[in-house]
Amino acid sequence: MIQAILVFNNHGKPRLVRFYQRFPEEIQQQIVRETFHLVLKRDDNICNFLEGGSLIGGSDYKLIYRHYATLYFVFCVDSSESELGILDLIQVFVETLDKCFENVCELDLIFHMDKVHYILQEVVMGGMVLETNMNEIVAQMEAQSRLEKSEGGLSAAPARAVSAVKNINLPEIPRNINIGDLNIKVPNLSQFV
Amino acid sequence: MVVSSLKLHDLIEEIRGAKTQAQEREVIQKECAHIRASFRDGDPVQRHRQLAKLLYVHMLGYPAHFGQMECLKLIASPRFIDKRVGYLGAMLLLDERHDAHLLITNSIKNDLNHGIQPVQGLALCTLSTMGSAEMCRDLATEVEKLLLQPGPYVRKKAILAAVHMVRKVPELSDIFLPPCAKLLHEHHHGILLGTITLIMELCQRSPAALRHFQKVVPKLVQILRTLVTTGYSKEHGISGVSDPFLQVQILRLLRILGRNHEESSETMNDLLAQVATNTNTSRNAGSAVLFETVLTIMDIRSAAGLRVLAVNILGHFLLNSDKNIRYVALTSLLRLVQSDHSAVQRHRSTVVECLRETDASLSRRALELSLALVNSSNVQDMTKELQAFLKSCPPDLRADCASGILLAAERFAPTKRWHIDTILHVLTMAGTYVRDDAVANLTQLIGGAQELHAYSVRRLYHALARDISQQPLVQVATWCIGEYGDFLLENCEETEPLKVEEEEVLALLEKVLQSHMSLPATRGYALTALMKLSTRLQGDTNRIRQVVSIYGSCLDVELQQRAVEYNMLFQKYDHMRAAILEKMPLVEHSSPQADEKAKGSREVAPLSEDQALVPTEPQTSKLSDLLDLLDDTSGDTRQPPPLQPSPEGGVVHLLDLPSTPPPPASIPTLKVFEREGVRLNLSFTRPPGTPALLLITVTTTNSSEDDVTHFICQAAVPKSLQLQLQAPSGSTATARGGLPITQLFRILNPNKAPLRLKLRLTYNHFGQSVQEIFEVNNLPVETWQ
Repeated sequence: MIQAILVFNNHGKPRLVRFYQRFPEEIQQQIVRETFHLVLKRDDNICNFLEGGSLIGGSDYKLIYRHYATLYFVFCVDSSESELGILDLIQVFVETLDKCFENVCELDLIFHMDKVHYILQEVVMGGMVLETNMNEIVAQMEAQSRLEKSEGGLSAAPARAVSAVKNINLPEIPRNINIGDLNIKVPNLSQFV
Repeated sequence: MVVSSLKLHDLIEEIRGAKTQAQEREVIQKECAHIRASFRDGDPVQRHRQLAKLLYVHMLGYPAHFGQMECLKLIASPRFIDKRVGYLGAMLLLDERHDAHLLITNSIKNDLNHGIQPVQGLALCTLSTMGSAEMCRDLATEVEKLLLQPGPYVRKKAILAAVHMVRKVPELSDIFLPPCAKLLHEHHHGILLGTITLIMELCQRSPAALRHFQKVVPKLVQILRTLVTTGYSKEHGISGVSDPFLQVQILRLLRILGRNHEESSETMNDLLAQVATNTNTSRNAGSAVLFETVLTIMDIRSAAGLRVLAVNILGHFLLNSDKNIRYVALTSLLRLVQSDHSAVQRHRSTVVECLRETDASLSRRALELSLALVNSSNVQDMTKELQAFLKSCPPDLRADCASGILLAAERFAPTKRWHIDTILHVLTMAGTYVRDDAVANLTQLIGGAQELHAYSVRRLYHALARDISQQPLVQVATWCIGEYGDFLLENCEETEPLKVEEEEVLALLEKVLQSHMSLPATRGYALTALMKLSTRLQGDTNRIRQVVSIYGSCLDVELQQRAVEYNMLFQKYDHMRAAILEKMPLVEHSSPQADEKAKGSREVAPLSEDQALVPTEPQTSKLSDLLDLLDDTSGDTRQPPPLQPSPEGGVVHLLDLPSTPPPPASIPTLKVFEREGVRLNLSFTRPPGTPALLLITVTTTNSSEDDVTHFICQAAVPKSLQLQLQAPSGSTATARGGLPITQLFRILNPNKAPLRLKLRLTYNHFGQSVQEIFEVNNLPVETWQ
């Protein structure tokens, strides 16, 4: 079972926090901080598995993480999950994000936190793997956004405005970073594809 | 409504623009006030946006509990966009401990029954994330209905929701068990994945379910075979392997079903062999499948050839350059080491190589595995490797490594000398990390190895001279020097002949005594060692006397007491000093039979009765210290010897000297009389101190329906013996196994004449008075010899 899925950047700022077991709020923040410290200490060429910190409970739990340019994707799992399988799952999740957002970068995760949650809900549900077929997930997300727009009227406009703002606001989102973030896609993925 | 409520995007921009933590908090607090006002005033159109902002703020760690009721309102709204955010909020903010969570049960029920597909999906997702037991019970029928609907999107979610419900409410497994077999015939991978997870959960909860599902093994084998043999499918394939997730899950389920079940194992054998040999492992996905296959092979009743293949695959993975694969290989080998020890042994050298990794996770796994692989034939090599590892390993692994080495040494040490060397080495390198009983173990070990006394004391002396900071080492060394100090001054063939002066030894001990690095316990050791040396060394004892008298005014109470007592030893009891400070005999390792061995205190016994126990205290207090370390049940050592014979294997009484001869072998009890449920048993005791005395306890039991009253028992013995009858415990033996009557006879037999005993019984039973006279035959010889 997957206990928690955490995404944070190189400075420890959380970008996605999803727990599949109930912890009080302060403990959740503590876990994020502790996980960040554990993961930061790791070099780039050692294995992607860490014995879990003390807070998230028990010696049964492992942290399986992947580092993509500025983001760490950390899955905290217990011994019933296959470690190598979870590595592949992280890859599937990131590739799905990539398809849904078109060349995803950290800013996409920041400004569309709710959408990332919805995508994650299609991949992992209740701590268990639900679907790994990327095409299905993407199709489902497109259907949902169509539904949203059709209900829309007033509420759809902000969504359009947001995407317009995003595209205009060049100084904030320099293409350079995106180009830099293309490195997320090309070199890292080729190791595993 | 509110002045200008920010859009989510703008809010995020502002938060990111804040330069300091305080500024960020200000922005967020202002916005939260807006959000709260907006919730109160209730603009339904904007509500979802407010909640989205709130959820973002929640992720950053700020309190968001006031949004809980809003989630309920949003879920109840008909619009999809509201429901989506509402359900997300419910999953993030609500939980079982708040009563509010039950309020969404109704909304979920409505959505499950009447909602469009995406909405049903959302409801199921929420249920499986935060559904409590009550909610699960309420919604079980709805979920069951959805399991059988045509659309795969909702079905796969319903299946996983069912898994969560079975976890929360195990009784629901009855509802969800029947559809499983049918669901396995679906083609949609999402449904299959979910079904297999559900079946695994059901099997783990009940053995009956396990047996039920063993029927579907052929179907599972067929699905897996299809996956393996069909070509690469773009949809589910990951780097050349078709749907590795599904393959892994099927393998896992096969493992559960095939464990201890011959028939299923046989069905799987061919397929497992096929998967093991044909999977392409150049990429991670293939390796994942192969690992599961190996684990499954080892867990079920597979053919021997297949098992060998599996372990070899693991050994092969250990040499892989990818660290993740090596990590998983080490983990799997650790799981197998219990059951297939010899197979894993073959890869020992590779495992030891992994110890030298810089990667902390890998070296930890390698350490665990190496410790599990130590056996009597490879213990010396392994220990060398482990000691090298101890030198360079990260601090959190040191304690495990040190205690692992010590345990292995204890179990498999080929010679005592090697054992002592190993422990010494560990103590020098990682002394602060060893367990507390390492000191006691080492002292006991050295004490027992008589031929090695000289050797050990020399080595310990040198170690101590180099470094007095490692407390366990210092304690052992000072104890040793105290005990065997005379060997230090002689020549020893085993180590280089080194002239050690008496003065140097004393100086070293004093240094330990005064150092601020020494613990109070260590100081105690040092002081006692100094005292012992006063008898071992030939030279003048003035220096020692001086030290001892100085410490008579030490602030530490324990040290002060010892010093004062030692002082007395020098002054008033000087004639006994040599006897008291003799070499300690070997104390048994946590065994209660230590009283006979306290040779030193034997001479002190006459003192204990007429004088204060002052001079014996230093010896006994130190002995009791060590005994405490050895975990003995050392009773009160200052107690005067008990008057009664001590029972065999009882508590250690050091001063329990008058009754120290070994306890007698017990004489079997004798049944001498039985009539209508009334039974008489004799039990014999020969107290060790008085060989002529025999104690007989007569026990009368009554298992009949009526009480025995007015019971009198009289006895007669030959003239050369003396008999004394003590008062019985009563004269009534109650019916049906009630309270028995006991009576004690004392027989003195100084001439060791053969014992003969005649008994006369009178009692009332069943309304009749009974009289019986008989001689006891078959008296065991031990009663009078």
